[in-house]
Amino acid sequence: MKKRRQRRGDFQGSRINPRNFSRGQIKFYVILIPLAVFMILPVIMLVNRAFMPLGELFAFPPHIVAHNPTMNNFKSLFALSSTTGVPMLRYLLNSVLVTVMTVALNLVITILGAYTFAKKNFKGKGALFEINQLALMFVPTAVAISRYLVITRLHLTDTWLVHVLPLAAMPVGLFLVKQFTDQIPDALIEAAVMDGAKELTIVRKIIVPLIRPALATSIVLTFQQVWMATEASNNYVNNDTMRTLAYYLNSLSTNNAIAAAGMTAAASVLLFLPNLIIFVCMQSQVMNTMSHSGIK
Amino acid sequence: MRPAERNRKRRRFTKEDGKAYLMLLPYIILFSTFILVPVIIAMGLSFTYFDVINEPSFTGLLNYITLFTQDEVFLKYVLPNTFLYALIVGPGGYVISFLLAWMLAQIQPIPRTILALCIYTPSMLGGVFIGVIWKTIFSGDQSGWFNSILLRLGLVDTPVQFLLTSDYFMLIMIIVSLWSAMGIGFLSMISGILNIDQELYEAAYVDGIRNRFQEIIYITVPSMKPQMFFGAVMAIVNAFNMGWIGVTLSGANPTPNYSGQLITNHIDDYGFLRYEMGYAAAISVVLLLVVYGFNMVAGRLFGDND
Repeated sequence: MKKRRQRRGDFQGSRINPRNFSRGQIKFYVILIPLAVFMILPVIMLVNRAFMPLGELFAFPPHIVAHNPTMNNFKSLFALSSTTGVPMLRYLLNSVLVTVMTVALNLVITILGAYTFAKKNFKGKGALFEINQLALMFVPTAVAISRYLVITRLHLTDTWLVHVLPLAAMPVGLFLVKQFTDQIPDALIEAAVMDGAKELTIVRKIIVPLIRPALATSIVLTFQQVWMATEASNNYVNNDTMRTLAYYLNSLSTNNAIAAAGMTAAASVLLFLPNLIIFVCMQSQVMNTMSHSGIK
Repeated sequence: MRPAERNRKRRRFTKEDGKAYLMLLPYIILFSTFILVPVIIAMGLSFTYFDVINEPSFTGLLNYITLFTQDEVFLKYVLPNTFLYALIVGPGGYVISFLLAWMLAQIQPIPRTILALCIYTPSMLGGVFIGVIWKTIFSGDQSGWFNSILLRLGLVDTPVQFLLTSDYFMLIMIIVSLWSAMGIGFLSMISGILNIDQELYEAAYVDGIRNRFQEIIYITVPSMKPQMFFGAVMAIVNAFNMGWIGVTLSGANPTPNYSGQLITNHIDDYGFLRYEMGYAAAISVVLLLVVYGFNMVAGRLFGDND
């Protein structure tokens, strides 16, 4: 009896993050693999739809994998201009432009904010960070209306800024980067101050290189939000030439669902792939950041 | 409050403080303009009648009184729907993401990364994409994936109108929301579990912990409280942010027979369709309070108690 418990004790102690396979892991695989398949299958099916010819899209029984893959959906998507004469490429360019601007602006704001919160003592710091922590719980849809009123009063409607500014300050991103910056030793910054380094030089030369993983995470999160956002295009922009790909995809899928099924899938893939690629490239940095993500 | 802290509070605003605020300025400006001010405006408007065209006129608590005594749709559908949905997708999704993270932490790194990626992917898709995928799956003709399975198995004779009738609508909304709920809270919990000191487990077994359930309750959860709290906040916010899902799936607001009508849809209904902004603002305030309440509970469970 004693021996058995001893053995179990050893086994339990080495279970987290195991290097090697052991029989005890089989039960987890049995649960996790089917679940992972359930999670990813709809995505795989949609990606395949993008490459199906029209006949296959509405086949019965439906195909999961494209039997006769074709690029036609992508070709017609690019050839198609919306009713107002805006080509698809324009929407794509708008999306890229808006995303790059937002991610860049967000990055600068987040670096400065996180550094100040983590390494500066100033009046009102506690209260301000508390407010930011409260804002993690913020539900944007709740105040869509008053946001709309603010944006109209500021005359931001029908400008590029309306895509960028509302998403540039992201409480979650700031929170994660600040938590990560906390662990940089103060001595490092003090030494730089002794050497006469200016504030911005410290940020650029010391802080930024050390918090790269957290910044990568912030980029991933901002990218996901902006790239997929339809709010600005729907509510704040009246001019089709200033709307984004996510908006266009949305209008494709709602207005002529059947005729555009293949093109909708193709546009979905164009939207989804950059998202996936960026996350896969940065996933180890994201996980690194997440170990400092706790709220205390 | 410690004396040192009190001293800091009492001292005057210095040049250093000014510099700190200067660096925070861009964040403070954007945060105030698009988050703080809208919340304050919503609070203010909730005490008025406002139809966008005329100036708001003060009506006191009338909007709130109407909401809780006369708004039949709100009381009969929206409120019960929202609580049912939020409880399952919020705490339910939270428990699921913890269990998944817990299992993932106990397998080898490479399969873990692959499986975690599969599970995380749906959460980064965004509204449009989710709508396109699940409308295809639950489409009401035989080319809908789910209908075609049912037809082939002989379970139904004619395709079921999943998204146009109320019978299964809420269930589908919950499945879709849970499907996309394994986001950064889930990632945070994985790394929380991975970072727990191994010796804690060994010590616990010496101290007489016998099974995995006890291990989770006494070691795993208490050792990663900060991540548990972060995960809880993310789960709650996600549940309420997914409020558009019913409208996306059915393509209409209100949803079929109000079966999937959530509080966010009710806000949109009054704000953007009927232009009763004061009333819509009152519903927004109720929503924010509900979210805050949920988070307070999470804070009680996982926050620092000092």
